[in-house]
Amino acid sequence: MERTTIDLWVGVFLALGLAAIFGLALKVGNLTSSNVGETYTVTAAFENIGGLKPHAPVKSAGVVIGRVDGIVFDSKDYEAKVTIKLDKRYQFSKETSASIFTAGLLGEQYIGLETGYDEEKLQSGDKIKHTQSAVVLEKMISQFLYNKASDTKSSDTSKAAE
Amino acid sequence: MFKGLQGALSSLGHRVIEGIWRIGAGARLFSYICFYLPEIFKRPRLIVREIFSTGVLSLLIIIVSAFFVGMVLGLQGYNTLQKYGSSESIGVLVALSLVRELGPVVTALLFAGRAGTAITAEIGLMKATEQLSAMEMMAVSPVARVIAPRFWAGVISMPILAALFSMVGVLGGYFVAVPIVGVDSGAFWSQMQASVDFRDDIVNGVMKSLVFGVVCTMIALFEGYDAPPTAEGVSRATTRTVVNSSLAVLGLDFILTALMIGA
Repeated sequence: MERTTIDLWVGVFLALGLAAIFGLALKVGNLTSSNVGETYTVTAAFENIGGLKPHAPVKSAGVVIGRVDGIVFDSKDYEAKVTIKLDKRYQFSKETSASIFTAGLLGEQYIGLETGYDEEKLQSGDKIKHTQSAVVLEKMISQFLYNKASDTKSSDTSKAAE
Repeated sequence: MFKGLQGALSSLGHRVIEGIWRIGAGARLFSYICFYLPEIFKRPRLIVREIFSTGVLSLLIIIVSAFFVGMVLGLQGYNTLQKYGSSESIGVLVALSLVRELGPVVTALLFAGRAGTAITAEIGLMKATEQLSAMEMMAVSPVARVIAPRFWAGVISMPILAALFSMVGVLGGYFVAVPIVGVDSGAFWSQMQASVDFRDDIVNGVMKSLVFGVVCTMIALFEGYDAPPTAEGVSRATTRTVVNSSLAVLGLDFILTALMIGA
């Protein structure tokens, strides 16, 4: 088949397009960070996950060590069951506790892991027993107001007693 | 006064019927194009030539405007984000707005102006000079030979151009953010990678541009094929290509965004 300059230019065009899509996927997007080497899966049940989403980072001591794989509602215990993929390089004790934190004041939510003292390590498929739910702002505010109200009431009664 | 009202009413009715007729004729042309899809694989040379004229020749305008759009986004974003002490998020702002919206939409608008008008004028003129009728006389289907290659070339070119637009735009944003206003390069890329999702943002952007490619090329082809075979008819058809493509792209963009965010 004879080749023309047009073929060359169209080849350059298609190659540029592929390079752009690869560039977007690898440099701009998170395709590289989502499948880092070998992982193992553990689960954790939370009473309330707040705004946690799949692909959210899992951190320990501030370092990203895994990602949230999936979140489902467990209708037996009425809890959120979160599946977490952790990097195989990092091993955690069976006593590890998982909490949901917020990055910054209004940032995205992530799971923080703190290891315990048990010698036995978490295996694939294990469940993290100690969990702490996300802080729900409305609950915190209502609790604060409730405490405030009871404070003023008790100070009133103590004044009356004087 | 009654006559004026009657005239207005009948011209309104005429326009509605004309619009419906054109939609039907466009759908028929689209089904012919799909029917002639196997013809393309028999003659790949035709489609390569059309990719050259719609895609390759649009490269310059796409790359230059993408670079400037990215630079403007970087500058404007920095100006506002700096007030909240989060100028490092500039990478997120530039990448998300380009990949999700500006990349596909601006590329489609530029494509309609640069390649769509060329397609309409070319086909309209071929019709006016009776080249299409001559083809039919020789038992060569003009849809298979002229229309279908241009359609598939447009559909292939648009996502590639949109991806290039987004990538070059991000580089333009980087050019302003890092060397000019002094945002940290590592923070720029890492924050971007943390919040741009491959499936939700990049693939959706490519899907959008694929839809825009189908719509823009289809409108350009139909306007050319449907143009009255006169100089004035071709010029009007070219104008209509730009107007209709732009409206269709902006309207469809809202619907597609609603579908993608809602899903």
